[in-house]
This record gives sequence, C-alpha cells and structure tokens, in this order.
Amino acid sequence: MTTSSQDWLTQSFLPIWLPNLAVLLGALLVALLVWQGNRSERWAVAWRRLRGDRLGQVAGAVAALFLVVGALETVVYPTDTGSRTVLQLLLSGIPQEKGYSAPLATNALSVSDPKPLLKRHLLGTDALGRDTLVQTLRATRSALWIGGLTSLVYIPLGVLLGILAAYYRGWVDDVVQYLYSTIAAVPEILMLVAILMVLGKGLGTMAIALGITGWVGMARLIRGEALRQMERPYVAAAKALGQSDWRILTRHLLPNVMHLIVIKFVLGFSGLVLAEAVLSYLGVGAPVGTPSWGAIIDASRSELSRDPLVWWNLAAASTALFLLVLSLNILGDALRRAFDPKSNS
Amino acid sequence: MLSVRSLSIDFGAGAARTRAVKDISFSIAAGETLALVGESGSGKSVTGLALTRLLQEPPAVYSGGEILFEDRDVLKMSPAELRRLRGGKIAYVFQEPSTSLNPVFTVRSQIAEALSLHRPEVRDIDAEVARCLDLVGIVDPSKRMHDYPHQLSGGMQQRVMIAMALACHPQLLVADEPTTALDVTVQAQILDQMRVIKQQIKMAMLLITHNFGIIGGIADRVAVMFRGAIVEHGSTAEVLHNPQHPYTKALIGCIPQLGQRRRRLTTIDYSTLG
Repeated sequence: MTTSSQDWLTQSFLPIWLPNLAVLLGALLVALLVWQGNRSERWAVAWRRLRGDRLGQVAGAVAALFLVVGALETVVYPTDTGSRTVLQLLLSGIPQEKGYSAPLATNALSVSDPKPLLKRHLLGTDALGRDTLVQTLRATRSALWIGGLTSLVYIPLGVLLGILAAYYRGWVDDVVQYLYSTIAAVPEILMLVAILMVLGKGLGTMAIALGITGWVGMARLIRGEALRQMERPYVAAAKALGQSDWRILTRHLLPNVMHLIVIKFVLGFSGLVLAEAVLSYLGVGAPVGTPSWGAIIDASRSELSRDPLVWWNLAAASTALFLLVLSLNILGDALRRAFDPKSNS
Repeated sequence: MLSVRSLSIDFGAGAARTRAVKDISFSIAAGETLALVGESGSGKSVTGLALTRLLQEPPAVYSGGEILFEDRDVLKMSPAELRRLRGGKIAYVFQEPSTSLNPVFTVRSQIAEALSLHRPEVRDIDAEVARCLDLVGIVDPSKRMHDYPHQLSGGMQQRVMIAMALACHPQLLVADEPTTALDVTVQAQILDQMRVIKQQIKMAMLLITHNFGIIGGIADRVAVMFRGAIVEHGSTAEVLHNPQHPYTKALIGCIPQLGQRRRRLTTIDYSTLG
C-alpha cells in the first residue's frame, strides 16, 4: 500500500518533518487560542452556552474527529521502505485485494473469477483492491488541507481588501473594486486551470489558485457589510473619541462583520472540497496517488453504469464529504450563536 | 478656550458645491455652555463636527476661517494631534444612543478603551469605569458595566455615552441633540444630570439642538443658526425673552406652552425670512 505522493507535503526537496511541524504548530495554535480564550469574559460566556448546545457539541466532536484523522495522515514517520503517515501505519493490518469487492463480501466482485478475499472489508474495496474505508479516511487530509490552506489565503485577503475599501472609500475602493471585477470577469475554472498550469499540480498550489480566485466573493461581502456598518454612528463615535484608523478597523468594524466571515468560511469550506473534485476531473487536481474525495468520486463516476453496481466508493466519499460539511455548518452556527452578544445566555 | 473665527464649510465640488456653513464666529469660555439652535439643515451639526475636523473630506471642504482651541488652529493640526484632541480635549455625545455604542462589546470595555486612549495612567480600570457610570446616575454601576448596549434602555445608553465622553476629562463637551431620541421625562432627567455634572467638573459645553424648550435651564448663551449662518447671538435670557431676528421669533413661537388654550402651533413662513 505504498503511494507515490507527489504533493507538496511529501515532495522530495522538502524535509520530511515539515508536515509534522505544521501539525505541531496547528496544535499549539489551538492550545494558545483556548488558553487565551479562557481568560476572556466573552469566551467564558460562549463556553457556557456551548455546554448547553447538544447539537453543536456533536458537530464539534465530528469535526474534531476529522481533524484528528487528517492530522494522523499528515504526520509522516520514516520506515525502512520509505516514509509512511501515522494513519497508514495504524491501518497497515488491512490487506490490499486484487480488485473490486462489495462491503463485507467474502468473494471478489468478479463474475469470471470470484476468488475468496484475504479479509472482509467494511466498506468494500476499489478497482485496485484498496480498502474503501482506508482510502476515504486518508482522503480527509486533502480535504482539510485544501479547505484550510485556501481559507488561510482568501479570508485575510478578502477581509482586508473589503474592509479597507469600505473604510477609506475613494481611490482605495476604486482599486479594490477594479481588482475584483477584473478577476470576477474571467471564468473561474479557466483561471484556476491557468494558475495550476503555471504553478504545477499539488495541494499547496491548488490552495493558492483557489485562494486567488476565491477572495472576490469575500471582499464583496465584507465591503458591503462594512459600508453598512460605517453608516452607523458608533463608527463616528469611535472617531470622535480619537481612535486611530487601524483601531477602528480592527476593534469596531472587524468584530461587527465577524459573523459573516465565520459563515462564509464554513459554507466556503464545502465549496472548496468540491472544487478539488472538479479540478481532479479536469486533470489539474491532486496528483495521482494523493487520496482525495474528489478523486474517489471521479473514479467511481464511470462505475455507476456497471452491473452489478459499484456504489460503495461513491457513497463512502460522498458521505464523508457530507458529514464534514454538515458538521462544520452546524458547528459554525453554534459558534456564531455562542459568541453573539444578542442571544440569550 | 475655543474660538471659531469666520468659519466657512462647503460640500461637494464644481457646480454642485454648496456652502453649508457661512462665515460663522463664536467662542466658548472655560466652563461656559453655549447652545447652538437651529432647524434641520441649518449647519449646526456640521459646525459641531468641524470643531475637531470630523467631517469626511471630501465631500466637505473647509473653505475659510479658523478654529482656535487653546490658541492652536485645529484646521492646521496633524492627524496624531487631532486624535489627541478628539475625546481627550473635546468629547462628543450624539443623538442616537442605541447605535452610538458598539453592539459587540460590553459597556465596561468601551469605556475602558476610551480611558486607555486618553488616560493611560489609570490603573484600576474597573473602579474608574464604575465612578464614571455613577457620575451619570447609573444605579449599581459595577454590575451594569458588564452589560452589552442592547441590554440597556435608551436613557441608560445615553448616560453611558455621556459617561464615556466624561471619562477622559474633556474641557469641552459637544452634545449634538443629546436628548432628541429620548422621551420627555428621560430627556429632563438627562439634561438635569448634565447640568449638575458640568458644575461639578467645570467643563464647557456646546449644546446643539433644534428645541428652544430645553436650553432655558442649561445654557449661558445662545447662538441661533439659520441656513448656515448665525443670525442671532446673546445670553439665553435675552434671546428667549427678547428675540430680535424674525427666525428666532418664529422658532420660539413654535414651542407649545403649558396651560395655554389649545391652538394651532405656529409654523415658519420661510418666504418672509429672505
């Protein structure tokens, strides 16, 4: 079950500990956030509200589970036969078959040669005989990295430009509007393919490409809302109090558009995972060998006309995608409610 | 302390350029209250905002005159100097208390922010915030300061705004229609409170209003603005009892009097005002 992953996380010129470091830094960031949050009054209220929100807790647990699986697939560990991810090592007891087999079947799915399988597979196997559950779990990494990295590119870019345009108006607004109108005028897929052709395939470059095209919607949204907020007297009051532009931007405008950023991030996440599937279909997605839900869905698309029907690969990847998106949606909503000063405590 | 000399302010550019404030002059001494009275669009709010150069430029253009605060021209100050002036020396209270407070922060954190800007030497923030809220007549301030703006009534919100303005010990408070959005009983309470506070801390005030009815007890002098110009200027008693300009007479005539027989309220006939 070796893979020739060529994406940036395992590229030969990068040290193999780089993804491990990224996971470590991510974990530290989460810990820092929780630690910081514990000291603030607003977070204390939010925690208390979350404790009473059963649905939000379940969604949080599911999202956390995906995060853990993604992290396990990211952390690499050197072995005699090349480096493997921790998840691969954990699941190495599951053997590879010769071809398709249905969930929990004892024989291969082959009319001419229904050989007995090495082991039963909970969700069956794919065309190459790889366990579908393992592939689906491993693909979590691609989804999280695409969603996460792209969000890291497009959210700061979109929010910053949108809020600056709304605050300063005048030529700043003109430049920002000109920029995003120009990008929006080019068909998105064409733009993505062009950028990926230049930068090369990989999860990292895909995140950059999606980020470059994706900030437009965010900037528009934030600009519109910030313009509306600018009309409200508390901005004038802040200025009349002698607060600097930067403080007004970060302390007054940003917190008041934060709910939109959270909603857009959560809803955008699913779109990004789907975009990865589309790009895989066009041949500019994740490199061959990188497990991704998009690639699984793409590969099983042509198998839908088969008899007997091979549905489990499609179902497994789609369900995983659906679960991640749904849990993020519910979690995002729960967080928004927990942090909203206007909801009842 | 503050002296405005032949200030003119325009809006727009080219053919659309209009003069909102025409060559006005007035001054406010330390501890004094000047009421700037006029109808909507007379330029009184623009004048108030201009004192610390708060008007958005463009469209606003300061086309002439000077604003001297402690013998320095506000119109020639650098952005950093203006920021120190705003809130620190000249503080504002606006008309809409419900939207003048940032909805996502508690009262405490908003007043604390004002303190950190202009009085960074204050150590015990909680005590100082409570003292400011107590000053404006908020009951149980150490508890109320953890409220969000939407949890307070309109009158309470306006008290918080005043507390925030006073927190930085300004020398001049510009109150732009501070009680217009409030009902009459709350309006009376707030005005009363403002008068008491003003005497306590010896602060000057510019009270901007369209309502002659509220200035009687609080203002030392009155300036009446009409179409961007000051048409009458004098002590409060003088202007109220012996108005000279026809517009002032008309404005005072609009105030309904208690105990008077029911009659139609006076309206202003602009064709006679020139």
